[in-house]
Amino acid sequence: MSTPWRTVAEDAGDDGDEGRGTDEGPLLSLLTKNSPSAEARPEPVEPTRAGARRGGGGGSRAGAGGGASGTGSSHPATAWWRAERLMPHGLRMLTFIPLVALLLILGVLSWKAWPAIRFNGFGFFARTPWSVGNTYAPIVTTHGVRHPPLASYGALPLIIGTLASATIAVVLAVPVAVGTALLVVEKLPPRLSSAVGFCLEVLAGIPSVVFGLWGFFTLGPFLSHHVAPLWADHLPDVPVLRFFRGPTGGGEGLFTVGVVLAIMILPIIAATTRDLLRQVPRATVEGALALGMTDSEALGAVTVPWVRSGVIGASVLGLGRALGETIAVAMVSGSLIGANVHSFYSAFNTIAAAIVNQLDGAQTDASGLAISTLAELGLVLFVVTLVANLGARLLVRRVATTALPVGRGI
Amino acid sequence: MAAATAMTAAPPAARLGRRRSRNRLTWVLCAVALALVVIPVVSIIWGVAGRGLAHFRLSFLTTYPTGNVGGLLNSIEGTLVVTTGVLILAGVVGIAGGMYLAEYAPEGRGGILRGASEVLAGIPSIVLGYVGYIGLVLALNWKYSIYAGIVVLSVLVVPYITKTTEVALRNVPTSYREGGEALGMRSGYLLRKLVLRPALPGVATGLIIAAAIAVGETAPLLLTVGYNEKSPTFSLHNSPVGFLTYNVFNDYNQPSTFLHQRADAAALLLILLVLVLIVVARVVVMMTQRHSPDRPRRVRKTAG
Repeated sequence: MSTPWRTVAEDAGDDGDEGRGTDEGPLLSLLTKNSPSAEARPEPVEPTRAGARRGGGGGSRAGAGGGASGTGSSHPATAWWRAERLMPHGLRMLTFIPLVALLLILGVLSWKAWPAIRFNGFGFFARTPWSVGNTYAPIVTTHGVRHPPLASYGALPLIIGTLASATIAVVLAVPVAVGTALLVVEKLPPRLSSAVGFCLEVLAGIPSVVFGLWGFFTLGPFLSHHVAPLWADHLPDVPVLRFFRGPTGGGEGLFTVGVVLAIMILPIIAATTRDLLRQVPRATVEGALALGMTDSEALGAVTVPWVRSGVIGASVLGLGRALGETIAVAMVSGSLIGANVHSFYSAFNTIAAAIVNQLDGAQTDASGLAISTLAELGLVLFVVTLVANLGARLLVRRVATTALPVGRGI
Repeated sequence: MAAATAMTAAPPAARLGRRRSRNRLTWVLCAVALALVVIPVVSIIWGVAGRGLAHFRLSFLTTYPTGNVGGLLNSIEGTLVVTTGVLILAGVVGIAGGMYLAEYAPEGRGGILRGASEVLAGIPSIVLGYVGYIGLVLALNWKYSIYAGIVVLSVLVVPYITKTTEVALRNVPTSYREGGEALGMRSGYLLRKLVLRPALPGVATGLIIAAAIAVGETAPLLLTVGYNEKSPTFSLHNSPVGFLTYNVFNDYNQPSTFLHQRADAAALLLILLVLVLIVVARVVVMMTQRHSPDRPRRVRKTAG
């Protein structure tokens, strides 16, 4: 959250750049104090920068600012002054590192994935089998790519598995997260809502490997023995519902992974929704209550429309995280490779988990095609999560009430 | 709306009753949702801590593993060393980025850099890990190396540190800067002495979050630092390191009761570390808010 100090500075009129200022007075900017984050409403930065230039340029003033130390050429303060004048440039160079890293990631992945892209072609997205090939036979060359004989890769089951598990996670997590946030903001006393906030932080902070362990030993068996049979044994044998019928397995599979992922993305969605709900103008809600609406009717008429696009943005962010989650999925998915998921409870695999699962096997491929194919998988995952993230942020920026948390949203 | 048609159709008393029960139902559903958040938290901590404590041995903390016996000392050392390295590398880059974005960045460029940082935070850690694997471990021929792990995890956590630093600096009141400038301070001196100090708790929170993430990550480390039964060595090439999450991920499914117990103990240590970090972060935030002029005030709500 940003305070509007720059706005206040501008209102003081010291650099007098009226055109760039926001036209709200200090009072209004105080009211919206917690609302806009840095990127939701980029604020004019003129005063400080102008100040920085003045401070750097005016020798005598700057010297006086350094305290009693003089500006003689041999004095250590001079070195400091020089270093400080360079500081913005040094900081700027370091700030570009994320951008450079992003481009490097894309570049390295594409470079490594290129042979696999040529070898696998578009059929990569439509094939099911996954085979490194005969790594003991001499390497052969097809389309200019060296590979072991019989190598064949298809990502269809992985893509389906990734999308299916992430969709289940979001469908389960959003109502729970929104309900929790509503209760916390509207009903619970501060002490209790702080306790719930602590729960959310813990949930966001627990390592995914611990989620995997818990899913494997506690949640998976519980779901497959006590929860899933509630409907799996009674559903009719018709086309869509057939998918949810049948034996519920031992706990490793699509359903368990969906629930684990839902719990993992709960904190992002719940915490964002909570922060959004706190910004809903109290007077409007009270107006709705004064018209005789019940609490829940006021929610439907005022509160929920106010936060809707923010919640959608947070959900897409959660979707992005569910798509990319690796270790927890690798531990409870059953790691099926080369076959499509056939029931709601069957073993499957996701792109991210397959990269971890298949790495050992890939290292046996002397031609490097297997490593390259995993890089292609990584590229697919990169693009999918990139689209999800950018979409979420654009959606939320459009309404500009609050910014989305970064990443896990602790 | 459905509610409107219902209102015209039913007599007033029944209508009011229906609206009341619908209201009650909404809040009951919300309470169920809250329970669905709290129960997993309790279950995870209870389950993992219970399993970990049941067969906990002190030797897990004090001995190195050899084959399928021995403790976790290598992994404890490795986790601490890698986390420290990440805090140093990512701390420098992240805090510098936050300072630049809050204090110096022009609007357009700031937006691009912020966007890049957010997008970076959204990339799955496995992708970062795999890039580290093909770029650092294979192409630069570092082999499994502690530095590859530190670099990859740093890229992972820099966005968090940048973000928290920027927010903390923006929360420092303008009057501090104006006062400093009025006294003729140089911008760098002002930033260091006046602005950075009140922002320190916020910066510290970012570092703590980064540490929690670095402690809990598995996939990127699996691909970049490998595993080693000995103390970490610090050579650039071929210096694999043990880490706690590896013990959980690799041993939970092995055919050995002892390895299961050790995996549970590692999970217990991980949860303890993360809980301690979260509590410390909370305390830091509380200390900040006590002195902050814009601490959230409790609003008394009218009874609904």
